[in-house]
Amino acid sequence: MHEWALAEAVISAVSQIAEKEGLQEVKEVKVKVGELQQIELDILRFAFSQLKTAKFKSATFIIETKKAEFRCRVCQKKWIFDARKLDTETAEAIHFVPEIAHTYIKCPNCGSPDFEIVKGRGIWLESIRGVK
Amino acid sequence: MVDPRLTVIDERLKGIGNIIAVSSGKGGVGKSMVASSLAVILARRDFRVGLLDVDFTSPSTHVILGAEDLYPEEENGIIPPRVHGLEYMSIVYYSGNYATPLRGADVSNVLIELFAITKWRNLDFLIIDMPPGIGDAMLDIVRLVKKIKLLIVTTPSQLAFETVKKLLYLLSELNIPIIGVIENLKMNKSKFIQQQVEGKNIPFWGEIPFDIKLEEAIGDIHKLLSTEFGKKIEEIIDANVKLL
Repeated sequence: MHEWALAEAVISAVSQIAEKEGLQEVKEVKVKVGELQQIELDILRFAFSQLKTAKFKSATFIIETKKAEFRCRVCQKKWIFDARKLDTETAEAIHFVPEIAHTYIKCPNCGSPDFEIVKGRGIWLESIRGVK
Repeated sequence: MVDPRLTVIDERLKGIGNIIAVSSGKGGVGKSMVASSLAVILARRDFRVGLLDVDFTSPSTHVILGAEDLYPEEENGIIPPRVHGLEYMSIVYYSGNYATPLRGADVSNVLIELFAITKWRNLDFLIIDMPPGIGDAMLDIVRLVKKIKLLIVTTPSQLAFETVKKLLYLLSELNIPIIGVIENLKMNKSKFIQQQVEGKNIPFWGEIPFDIKLEEAIGDIHKLLSTEFGKKIEEIIDANVKLL
């Protein structure tokens, strides 16, 4: 349930933005979730529903997943992260700290661990919509 | 696009009284030894203490503590396991014995992730073992942890102190509290470091002699604290922590 901690972060970020923008009510929250972190979307949705305060009472949470893409800094090879190729322990380690990918994943072309996580790392708040 | 993790860090750290980063300009001066000993000694004084190792590419506090077969619990976040009376968090739970080569942006991301998901209990002290230098980890720690205080470790070497001077200068420029400087691996009677530190109006906590027996105590914290190093650092901590 480490998704819960991430959901708390999203709620906290939205609350701060709503406060700053003078929103009385939040209507829609768009979140992007990178596949590298392998977040359980059902748990994330459940956490959002449980963490909603009055300001969020009619808010819709839209979650969009994004493929994780790597680019090797040595040979420039690009490739897509595939969690199915990992054993359970490795997948779980990357789930908690996505940069642990550099420990276990190597460039499929040259074998280097020196690659960039181009996109799809973790959770991002894309946008919020509300009424003033 | 907003990184939501940044907004929850204050909340995660609000139940912690003092957050002390143990740092130096140079590697090899004994930061991890000082950080681990400081944490365990404070815990032995009945303080509630956490230890966080943020030297992600070269973590070593788990070796000093002899912390094996530990793994955090998941409970709406990550709950650090306990060892020697400490709540202890390190990247080694996830990286094991393998190398974790990280560039600067990755170091920042790991730091932010750990602060965002780790749920420390209420603590009197959180001790942070820093990597050497004034790179990404230092800049992020002073950016992300509002109540951070620094304890600096140096050696009598002018090479170490040359880098420490830069660190002290940077921290002063940023108005980050420096609670003290410890001179470790002392092999002569020179008061040069003490004079330099006190000349900058920074508390000099004390000096720890080079202890040839320390190496064989690594991994056994009880043995480590009964070495000359352990006894001296205990004396230094008892004399200075009450001033915090």
